Amino acid sequence: MGNISVVPFGPQHPVLPEPIHLDLVLEDEKVIEAVPSIGFVHRGLESLIVKKDYNEMVYVAERTCGICSFGHGMGYVEAVEKIMGVQIPDRARYLRTIWMELSRMHSHLLWLGLLADAFGYESLFYHCWRIREQILDMIEESTGGRVIFSVNKVGGVMKDMDAQMLGRFVEKLGDVEDQITGIRKNFLGDKTVQMRLRGVGVLTKQQAHDLGCAGPFGRASGIATDMRTRGYGAYSELEFEPIISNDGDSYARCQCRIDELFQSIDLIRQAASAIPAGDLFVPVKGNPDGEYFMRIEQPRGEAVYYVKGTGKPYLNRLRIRTPTFANLPGLCETLKGADYADVPILVLTIDPCISCTER
Amino acid sequence: MGKVKKSPWVLHYDGSSCNGCDIEVLACLTPVYDAERFGIINTGDPLQADIFLITGGINTQNKAVVQQLYDQMPRPKVVVAVGTCACTGGIFKECYNILGGADTTIPVDIYVPGCAARPQAIIDGLIQAIELFQKRSNKHDAIERRHKEEEGRKAHDKVSGE
Repeated sequence: MGNISVVPFGPQHPVLPEPIHLDLVLEDEKVIEAVPSIGFVHRGLESLIVKKDYNEMVYVAERTCGICSFGHGMGYVEAVEKIMGVQIPDRARYLRTIWMELSRMHSHLLWLGLLADAFGYESLFYHCWRIREQILDMIEESTGGRVIFSVNKVGGVMKDMDAQMLGRFVEKLGDVEDQITGIRKNFLGDKTVQMRLRGVGVLTKQQAHDLGCAGPFGRASGIATDMRTRGYGAYSELEFEPIISNDGDSYARCQCRIDELFQSIDLIRQAASAIPAGDLFVPVKGNPDGEYFMRIEQPRGEAVYYVKGTGKPYLNRLRIRTPTFANLPGLCETLKGADYADVPILVLTIDPCISCTER
Repeated sequence: MGKVKKSPWVLHYDGSSCNGCDIEVLACLTPVYDAERFGIINTGDPLQADIFLITGGINTQNKAVVQQLYDQMPRPKVVVAVGTCACTGGIFKECYNILGGADTTIPVDIYVPGCAARPQAIIDGLIQAIELFQKRSNKHDAIERRHKEEEGRKAHDKVSGE
């Protein structure tokens, strides 16, 4: 038996844009246990329901996380709409779907950049973020915001995209697709990258299932969960299949996310060609009375919104469960037996979003 | 921006931000906005940093972390609060766990507003921080020079006195 030592990882760490603390118990260079401690970003935003009414809470829900901001707003709004029995216009459903997929693309490109930076490819990091800026330009052009673009409201959306703008976006996505095909080669074909990612942090299908992994992290281990198949938004009218891989290592997670970029482009194309004309929102009267569980697919996996109203403007309960929280047990499992040098990459492969997790 | 003699290094820490400002800070460093053309570089080490970019408000858990990072940075140093949350506490000000903006814990020099702060605003804040850093380091250097001269004079007096 070698030397046992405990190395703190975080909360401030060069590889992490966000604070999370891990106590790594090492035996020589191998990690034998990882104990996470969280709470550095805890704000307690669910408690704001006593101070802000259900319409104002849309803005608070959107600020659960800046990366998947639109998804949080959409999940919360759809839960409230389900409680109040509001049928939103078809155009609003399609617009939400398009913005959701654009958010997923910018999130995945951001993650790919951070991963490239973690294994030491700085120019690849810059390249991913350059591609991401084109997605952000589209979001800014259509909504006015770059990362937090509050366009959701209970009853529909606030901004529209005309046919000309949609056509331009679809055309631009063709360019983006070519560029992603280019970086796909660098990520998946490069020998050095393969040596850093292949066989690192393997999680079997059974383990991933037992630990309740969500999103691309679970899908890379062969669990075909994709909440979009439940058919919220306009997903029921679009054709797609969850992207899964059976390897369960870091390479598979990278592959899943890159392939999801192409899937998102395809979904936006389908939605742009099928988008019906009509209103953007319906007027909503009254207050939510009842409860609902809304499950949506964020870029990082399944997020659950539990909303309970009692017929008053202020909600009775709001509870958000985010994908990173579900993936933390999986992360601790993959860290066991890993080399110390692989820890930053493994922490990144779950695509941690700490501000979602701690809210 | 006038003539800048030094290339300040930037330390970024996410207080209790929603991430929106953090990814905009990172976007500032990537090709489209490229804040590195002003001579700054992003570092993860507080011991080598000159400018402290903090996003998000302060809560009870991270108060000690922020204070420690600030204390570890060598003098002179400049603190930039990025985003509405770091300036005042923002939308989360009324949350039970939030103490307020970054200035509740450490002295803040420059406030960059916005939710999320736009890259252009962050770059503007950074340039002001670079200027302030230059001014402070000039002052710091002058004090140090005077200190050295005084030491030298004392040593000289001591030698000639004997």
